[in-house]
Amino acid sequence: MKANGYVHKYGDNVDTDVIIPARYLNTADHKELASHCMEDIDKDFVKNVKCGDIMVGGANFGCGSSREHAPIAIKKSGISCVIAKTFARIFYRNAINIGLAILECPEASERIDAGDEVAIDFDTGVITNITKGESYQAEPFPEFIKDIINSDGLMNSLKKA
Amino acid sequence: MAMTMTQKILAAHAGLDTVKAGQLIMADLDLVLGNDITSPVAINEFNKNGFESIFDKNKVALVMDHFVPNKDIKAAQQCKQCRTFARRFDVTNYFDVGDMGIEHALLPEKGLVAPGELVIGADSHTCTYGALGAFSTGVGSTDMAAGMATGKGWFKVPSAIKFDLVGALKPHVSGKDVILHIIGMIGVDGALYRSMEFSGEGLKSLSIDDRLCMANMAIEAGAKNGIFEVDDITLSYVGERVAREFKVYKADDDAEYDEVYTINLSEIESTVACPHLPENTKLACELEDIVPDQVVIGSCTNGRISDMEAAAKYLAGKHVAKGVRCIIIPATQTIYKECIKRGYIDTFIDAGCVVSTPTCGPCLGGYMGILAEDEIAVATTNRNFVGRMGHITSKIYLASPEVAAATAVAGHIVDPSRI
Repeated sequence: MKANGYVHKYGDNVDTDVIIPARYLNTADHKELASHCMEDIDKDFVKNVKCGDIMVGGANFGCGSSREHAPIAIKKSGISCVIAKTFARIFYRNAINIGLAILECPEASERIDAGDEVAIDFDTGVITNITKGESYQAEPFPEFIKDIINSDGLMNSLKKA
Repeated sequence: MAMTMTQKILAAHAGLDTVKAGQLIMADLDLVLGNDITSPVAINEFNKNGFESIFDKNKVALVMDHFVPNKDIKAAQQCKQCRTFARRFDVTNYFDVGDMGIEHALLPEKGLVAPGELVIGADSHTCTYGALGAFSTGVGSTDMAAGMATGKGWFKVPSAIKFDLVGALKPHVSGKDVILHIIGMIGVDGALYRSMEFSGEGLKSLSIDDRLCMANMAIEAGAKNGIFEVDDITLSYVGERVAREFKVYKADDDAEYDEVYTINLSEIESTVACPHLPENTKLACELEDIVPDQVVIGSCTNGRISDMEAAAKYLAGKHVAKGVRCIIIPATQTIYKECIKRGYIDTFIDAGCVVSTPTCGPCLGGYMGILAEDEIAVATTNRNFVGRMGHITSKIYLASPEVAAATAVAGHIVDPSRI
């Protein structure tokens, strides 16, 4: 399991209200949610994001509401993985449950800049910054988490079982 | 092995004698909660997986509170989807317009949560019920769907931070000031993944409403849950509402805590969180140059009867300052009726406030009080993130009902003890 893409970089405490503002929560349509992803802090994100790109945040990424719409919007926008120093716990759980890959890695969060090209090997947890020629080590996913993400979410993985 | 209060509740629900921090467990759920925003996503997941039944029709609670009475056609569709689901499975605790209230005020009031119980809810402020000595935590919609189907959920057992409360609150100061003070002290990720456990002789000076407000905002410090030791105040509140048997858990004396803080309640002053994070706290008296366009008194944090009482105290015989729009939202129908009975509604309307039916509306920028460009709100709600209540350049100051009501009258932020 691998990912490769260009980085969209944000700071600490990226909250669920900026990931997907509540004014758009009158729908559960994934595409519509994705069309408003990050617009309150980065109105060009939706225009610029390409399938496979990587999002990098600082500490406490995803803090705030329990809305699963937040990781759904990020995933549907094309982001293949979110890397952060730390994640807020409900966001962490939701991301895995809907099959969005996320990695905690303080070094990567600090070193990676916007626009860097980054490759991720989820089996080893190695994050390679191709632009800077560096690599960082994150904790690799245990098998059951890999299975959930590969199945496109917890519900699908339960179905398979 | 010594356990915290949270660990004891988790162990009991997992059928284990002991658990330790970091352990992954599968536990039985006493209640699974969802609202009109998160339930549709859960119902889609539930249906996608082909589930044909819910685990217990009495242990699922669906509360239509965020965008009701329906704010637009899409919101109406979402509620309709919840209503259809509730009918299909004969969900006992389905609350719609007419009997709904803001979920975290409603469930304790209806006796749906008791000490020692384990509750998950697809709403981050589900941690509110820790005020009653229950383990309750916010989850996402997928967890809610799995919980409704199976009655079980997986948890990573948290470690804990202990808050030893001493002293007693001053007049004009309430639970909101205490929790804002604590979040200011430890930060918005100060309790990340952990429990916040509150105990000590200071509990005596905290009403159930103070505790519900404090546990409610545990999530704003990143906590998995906030939980209060059960005492006579808890038992008296629960005794009037809960008929079923429940078990009270107490932390072991030698339980391990990551950190222990002593909070002297007598030293807490009126505290306000400035934009755009709940940790940006200052004393109300340091912010007297802040002039709000709107004041909101309500929400799952501060829409309870004692909050209404505090607001009425500062608004009685006064008028809201020119240029300030003051919106008051009693959190449940019962609280609304009690406000009518006590004459608070007259007080509010005479003071130039508007009073709304229960809704989460303005707190999350849904409707019923959205801010325009550069506008400022002083609100008793729980989050002041960018764009939370409306335009992305608007600003929110989080405060107690005492500060908010006094501010509405003064026309600028004010420390109520100075009035």
